[in-house]
Amino acid sequence: MIETDIAIIGAGPVGLFAIFETGLLKLRCHLIDYLPQAGGQLSEIYPKKPIYDIPGYPSVGAQELVDNLLKQAAPFHPTFTFGERIETLTKNGERNFTLTTHLGTTVHAKVVVIAGGLGCFEPRKPEVVGLEKFERGKGVTYMVLDPEKFRDKKVVIAGGGDSALDWSIFLSDIAKEVTLVHRSESFRAAPHSVNQAQKLAAEGKINLLLNCNIQEVFGSDKLEQVSINNTKLNELVKMDADNLIPLFGLSPKLGPIGEWGLNIDKNAVEVNTDDYSTNIPGVYAIGDINTYKNKLKLILCGFHEAALMAHSAYKYINPDVKYTMKYTTVSGVNEF
Amino acid sequence: MADISIQVINRGEEAIFDAPNDMGLSLMEFLKANEYEQIEGTCGGMALCASCHVRVLEVSPPLDEQSDDELAILETLPIVYDNSRLSCQIKLNTGLERIKIEIPEL
Repeated sequence: MIETDIAIIGAGPVGLFAIFETGLLKLRCHLIDYLPQAGGQLSEIYPKKPIYDIPGYPSVGAQELVDNLLKQAAPFHPTFTFGERIETLTKNGERNFTLTTHLGTTVHAKVVVIAGGLGCFEPRKPEVVGLEKFERGKGVTYMVLDPEKFRDKKVVIAGGGDSALDWSIFLSDIAKEVTLVHRSESFRAAPHSVNQAQKLAAEGKINLLLNCNIQEVFGSDKLEQVSINNTKLNELVKMDADNLIPLFGLSPKLGPIGEWGLNIDKNAVEVNTDDYSTNIPGVYAIGDINTYKNKLKLILCGFHEAALMAHSAYKYINPDVKYTMKYTTVSGVNEF
Repeated sequence: MADISIQVINRGEEAIFDAPNDMGLSLMEFLKANEYEQIEGTCGGMALCASCHVRVLEVSPPLDEQSDDELAILETLPIVYDNSRLSCQIKLNTGLERIKIEIPEL
């Protein structure tokens, strides 16, 4: 069980800035994100794009902003759980919440802050017969968290984008066998990745199957075989596989947040703009996940929301303490 | 100024709209404003996420060819069709008169 003052669901820019704002108030944070890294959609979707509306930065790269936010939060020693989605949120009493992830990790916190952006980035799943039977550790996975898990395995990767190519290249050194299944004749991913994959295919290190789709998956307890349909030759072949990794991008879904008793309006959490608290005392929602009159889904608005949330959360955790706000220009940033 | 006629087929239901051609909107923004929930537009319209995928059934005059960026992102979807487009890359301007699209389930 992870013990913390504040559990922050979502490690995007607003969640990261919440570490800083609550850290100034000597509150410790643990962040949980379904993605394998911090940064939310900035790191996952547009790391190289410039952002022009962060106050004080005429232009800042999305990943650069995330790196800066992590650096800014570092003195407060946040901890992270990546690649896991919060399934349940239970209020045991005031200042006493338990959160559980889909992999069974539990977090115990005094305050919960939902900074989930557009929701959980769920993998897009192809239409393959039997796919779900082998999810959750039985051979089918939609993201690579630990490449070592594929050592000496027969791995089939499906997809035609950058991540499908990049993981095929990376795993070709680790896995026993890598097969890349792509529905078209050619790739439109980054030319460097395409060239490298084709070179590895020529050397026999990647088995490249073009004009092909995965049709069905087979096995008893674990994945054992996949059937692959060549749409050009109209031929169906079966091959042995320990792992299947479909990589067709991610799509945000509100997910389990909708089942926690929060007031929801059109896939967003309703909040009180006094402090961005929700209808459950001790649970706050900041950034793109919340909604209120005149809401603007801007990072800078999320930063403001994080600051107000932090002071309200402090009062909620310490109802008997009188706190006076201090400026960082006066008191500095005190690591703890 | 003439409006653009937009015909949308979604889950078997058909709707017809008149959209302004002078507001600098993309088709994705227009569909989101009309609350088509499958059109997410996660990246805000940068052709980076493929969450505004539509099938263009009819269009007049014809659209420009897809950019390499649009084709590359469409490539990441599990299912694409010959008439697949990212609606964020379809601009509602004076170059467009009429378009009929279908919102795919996936």
